[in-house]
Amino acid sequence: MSDDGYEVAIVGAGIVGAACADEFARRGLRVILIDREAVGSGATAAGMGHIVVMDDSDAQFALTHYSQRLWQSLRPELPEDVEYDQCGTIWVAADEEEMAEVRRKADYYSERNLVTDVLDEAQLKTLEPNLRPALAGGLLVPDDGVLYPPCAARVLAERAQQHGAKLQLGCAVERMEQGCVQMSDGHEIRAEFLVNAAGAVAPALTPGLEVKKRKGHLVITDRYPKFLRHQLVELGYLKNAHAVTADSVAFNVQPRRTGQILIGSSRQYGAEDKEVDHDILSRMLQRSQEYMPALGSMSAMRTWTGFRAATPDKLPLIGPWPGDKSLFLATGHEGLGITTSLGTARILVDQITGAQPEIPIEPYLPSRNAKEQVHA
Amino acid sequence: MAKFDRARFDVLVIGGGPAGLAAASRAGQHGATVGIVDDNPKLGGQIWRATCEQEHPQTARWSEQLRRANVTVFAGTRVLHQIEPGVLLAEQMQSAHELRYDKLVLATGARERFLPFPGWTLPNVFGAGGLQAMVKCGLPVIGKRVLVAGSGPLLLAVAAYLRNCGARILMICEQTSARALAQFGLSLWREPAKLAQAFRLKKDLAGIPFATRSWPVEAHGSEALESVAISRGGKGEAIACDYLACGFHLIPNTELAALLGCTIENGYVSVSDLQETSVPGVFCAGEPTGIGGVELALIEGQIAGLVAAGQIADARQLSRQRRKALCFARGLEQTFKLNPELQKLAKAETIVCRCEDVTYSRLRPYHSWTAAKLQTRCGMGACQGRVCGPATQFLFKWNPDSVRPPIFPARVESLALRATAATNS
Repeated sequence: MSDDGYEVAIVGAGIVGAACADEFARRGLRVILIDREAVGSGATAAGMGHIVVMDDSDAQFALTHYSQRLWQSLRPELPEDVEYDQCGTIWVAADEEEMAEVRRKADYYSERNLVTDVLDEAQLKTLEPNLRPALAGGLLVPDDGVLYPPCAARVLAERAQQHGAKLQLGCAVERMEQGCVQMSDGHEIRAEFLVNAAGAVAPALTPGLEVKKRKGHLVITDRYPKFLRHQLVELGYLKNAHAVTADSVAFNVQPRRTGQILIGSSRQYGAEDKEVDHDILSRMLQRSQEYMPALGSMSAMRTWTGFRAATPDKLPLIGPWPGDKSLFLATGHEGLGITTSLGTARILVDQITGAQPEIPIEPYLPSRNAKEQVHA
Repeated sequence: MAKFDRARFDVLVIGGGPAGLAAASRAGQHGATVGIVDDNPKLGGQIWRATCEQEHPQTARWSEQLRRANVTVFAGTRVLHQIEPGVLLAEQMQSAHELRYDKLVLATGARERFLPFPGWTLPNVFGAGGLQAMVKCGLPVIGKRVLVAGSGPLLLAVAAYLRNCGARILMICEQTSARALAQFGLSLWREPAKLAQAFRLKKDLAGIPFATRSWPVEAHGSEALESVAISRGGKGEAIACDYLACGFHLIPNTELAALLGCTIENGYVSVSDLQETSVPGVFCAGEPTGIGGVELALIEGQIAGLVAAGQIADARQLSRQRRKALCFARGLEQTFKLNPELQKLAKAETIVCRCEDVTYSRLRPYHSWTAAKLQTRCGMGACQGRVCGPATQFLFKWNPDSVRPPIFPARVESLALRATAATNS
């Protein structure tokens, strides 16, 4: 049987693919969402699940800010198990140098109408008493939040299904090109448009795509309600995360609805296996203890790894893939896919349906990388 | 800050039950430096578990051999992870250890299998071995009415033990059929020791009703257990009781073997005649290679210890005994196979994952353990799926996940210690 009659076939039912399926279906397109395993079982399940605004670049700010507003308007419709909690982020400054970064960030956000709160040492202590003493201060971003990504992806996929989308799980995709998705069991799915939303696996399906795996480790603790109230990120994170080659760890913790604490983060290039790397794991936990000493005696229940889909310029690839008129990309979201899934879906579907996007889309077009390649 | 120690052994044995004790003492007799690790405060494993006052006499006998062989004992110690080839990370109450080895013997034993039925999470419903362990730690059962139910020879041993402690054993419900038991009984003539054990137990169990093709259908009680509805050979019956001791035979503890990359087939660690796993230098003995009881565990443990210490000729002398004991093990497996009727015990609202309060109806829509886990948190709690994993495998035919460290919940500082030590040095 050939599964014809679809306008869009999306490969990858992570949160990005699920958000795209929802958006296409709600705009009346016939969609099929395909995944080799289950909905939200790849990087979506492995990630921390933050809904955050980030300002590494203007384009990153635009997409994260746009997406966060979309999440906030979706929030009333999300069921309890998505565990959306607008806990806010505190960027923790260890010293005066990092406090300067706090003030720069605060100015940047306020120029773009985003409310933040600069915290001094005492205010930080009041908001998060379990941080170690003698930190310089921090920046509170109250609109930031966290959610539980596998359930969020499921909800988006269910919404898509309610609008007529089909879901095909448990079978891998061999190839996707020229309006045809070739499944590993031999059958083909045809559609006018194909969307590669396969995260870090995307280059295997679209050769030449500049997406690399960036491995991360996470740890979740037993339940310690009220120990932590906000998502905390060290500002040293900026120094660490920007190193494109070296392995790095940074203090990043989140309070979960369950009272559990999610501890991150690590970044590694060139590590292709899923195994927990004990050296990185121990460095990451050591870093977390430096900021919150009481974490040390907490019970760590589970650890896991995942692969971020990283692009050279840290911006996702959203739009047509040069060379195949049927093929579009929605990948390369690195560590921000949960946040930017909704914005990605909007601007991708705008491009395909000819609607006017609400933010400039040029920074995310896959052709930007192709151009760079020509000049390289 | 917690203490951090390093130690190195020619042979390191994980598990202090019969297989581990046998392996450590035989390896130690031949001059190897040997360490033995067990997560309980005292050696002996589940079967030779100590009471608060004293060790089990069998443990005492083997412990004496350990002392003579200068074996280092790490009690109350949990192995968390292999942090690099040949180095295990282990945790105690106040400290963590890096244990290096040349040869490793896994003797990690087995745990009870629980199957969910309505009311199984009520207070005073225990695992059979679980209740025995609590009684050994001081829970008084004199005059208490106890129903023992589930499957496997453990039920008989537990019933006998509890009766000796003064409990009134109302009945033993065994899910398997009288026919399967009879066939097993017939094959026992090859096993005089087993036969004697069966007789000895029979005396301890005299007068206790033993019902086959019987199992608990629902446990009732407002705040704690008051009665159990059972299905006895197809007919319903209600039994008022104070405790239900319930376990459905045993599940091997293969997590560490899996973490080390040992081949596991049909749930058991694959081993050669010399107890070698698929990973060079790693041996496995006792229940993880197949549920076979104490005698097989002792033989396998000795073989593993001898081979790990380079005494292959001595180990080969135990081959015949091993083959005989293996026949008994295969019989056990066949005899206590779970009746598919038991899959119907869980109702829509029955809790399957008690750590995360996940009911049967919430799991039913999913096609895989991974999907169910991600959407419902089934198996994500403190037991790390040790209870609900085997249950869902039986109920839904789901395959378990790959094993990730730490294989037991561990203190954050223990997992961080390598980096902490590097920073401090």
